[in-house]
Amino acid sequence: MSPLLSILVRALLALLLMLANGVVLIYMLRKVLGHLHLRIGPNRVGPFGALQTSMDVVKLLTKEDFIPSAADKWLFRLAPYMVFVPSFMAYAALVLGPKAAFSGLDTGLLYVFAVLALVPMGVMMAGWASNSKWSLIGGMRAAAQQISYEVPLLLSVLPIVMTAGSMSLAAIVKSQTGYALGFIPRWNVLSPQIVGFGLFMIAALAELNQTPFDMSEAESELISGFANEYSGMRFGLLFLSEFSNSFIISALAATLFFGGWLVPGIDPASPVMVWLGPAVLLLKTYVGIFVLMWIRGTLPRIRIDQMLALGWKALIPASLVWLMLTGVIVRAVS
Amino acid sequence: MPDVNPVAFVVLAALALGGAVMTVLTRNVVHAAFWLLEVLVATAGLYLVLSAEFIALVQLMVYAGAVSVLVLFVIMLTLRRREDSVRTRDLSWPVAAMSAVLAVAIAYVTRALPVPAPERAAQPDVAAFGHALFTRWVLPFEIASGILLVALVGAVWWAGRGEEL
Repeated sequence: MSPLLSILVRALLALLLMLANGVVLIYMLRKVLGHLHLRIGPNRVGPFGALQTSMDVVKLLTKEDFIPSAADKWLFRLAPYMVFVPSFMAYAALVLGPKAAFSGLDTGLLYVFAVLALVPMGVMMAGWASNSKWSLIGGMRAAAQQISYEVPLLLSVLPIVMTAGSMSLAAIVKSQTGYALGFIPRWNVLSPQIVGFGLFMIAALAELNQTPFDMSEAESELISGFANEYSGMRFGLLFLSEFSNSFIISALAATLFFGGWLVPGIDPASPVMVWLGPAVLLLKTYVGIFVLMWIRGTLPRIRIDQMLALGWKALIPASLVWLMLTGVIVRAVS
Repeated sequence: MPDVNPVAFVVLAALALGGAVMTVLTRNVVHAAFWLLEVLVATAGLYLVLSAEFIALVQLMVYAGAVSVLVLFVIMLTLRRREDSVRTRDLSWPVAAMSAVLAVAIAYVTRALPVPAPERAAQPDVAAFGHALFTRWVLPFEIASGILLVALVGAVWWAGRGEEL
């Protein structure tokens, strides 16, 4: 295959994964939240309501695309893409299996965080361009929150980079092969790095605007935050990227802490892993997303000042201390 | 350098320069901030074309991701009314003259510098880059981070003056 064609095919596959993930996650969110709330969730279209989302997509596509007359028209049109494109770009770094990766980036981990750092700009653009108080406040909150939580999120994955000695996601997965004491897989979450996982989890919840940190679209006060004035497929794009960000962060968590595509008891070099690896990674990712939804259905929302204080005064110092401790440990072991 | 793709370079350079011109010329300060973001992203692209992968990603994360959000925050929080974001175009000739003098000076100084010979072998990966940064260049690196830390503490002190820190 020519290199250009190969790039196109990979990009198309990544787009397909992103769209499929969006469709699956909307259904999963409504079903999981429904059962957590002792409701049933969608159950009319298709078996167990499984076709509900596809009908919703048709609805989104055919809805009137409304732009408020007082909105900043250019920015209003641009903002959904500003949110969607970075989210799509992040897929390039994912490593699905031993022979399945969208690209072989050496700096994959840094790349994911670098492109996801652009998402708050799109959110602010949407908030500003809508020219509505709810949207603006929602946009500002989202940006403030993502900026303050990017620091602990990055700091919490640095210890993994130190122990693996690489920023390449493939190398980080490789560093988790083998067994401690002969039977415990050397996944980072089963090592002292479980502390790093805790920090990562809290920062990731905030980065994803998830409950208990979802005040950027706090329904009871801001209706739906920065996406307030959007309708039709522009709204669809904003939501698609939100679900896709959940997928990316969850896949990162699986890769960094849960051994990526590795399966305990199966030799990573065996040919069966070529297709089993991606399936296992997807399974781990969706278990992670389920936990995110579980938290969302369980915890109340905290206030914006509380969460900013938590980020700057607790999470960042804690990640810095943990980073230093890991440095000392890595140095002492090697 | 033979490996630099000329098409990509020209497109990115045009994007960066065009965005810079638009940053100055647009009458809306919020639009100016978004044009600045475009310039910063295009600059990251230029680094990538020059095979400086790490610098490109850091440029994206620090300048495009963090600095422009802060610029936008300052603009949006200090605007008392939304209409204030649109201003009449104010062409300041002294500033234009100073910028022109600075541009000429930079062109003059860099013209005298020797063009480095392209060394393909010296294209470092991130690990080699980090190693060089913390061995050979550790002193300038630490001085730079010291200066940034002082600026950070100074800014916090300044902002919180009169209150308990």
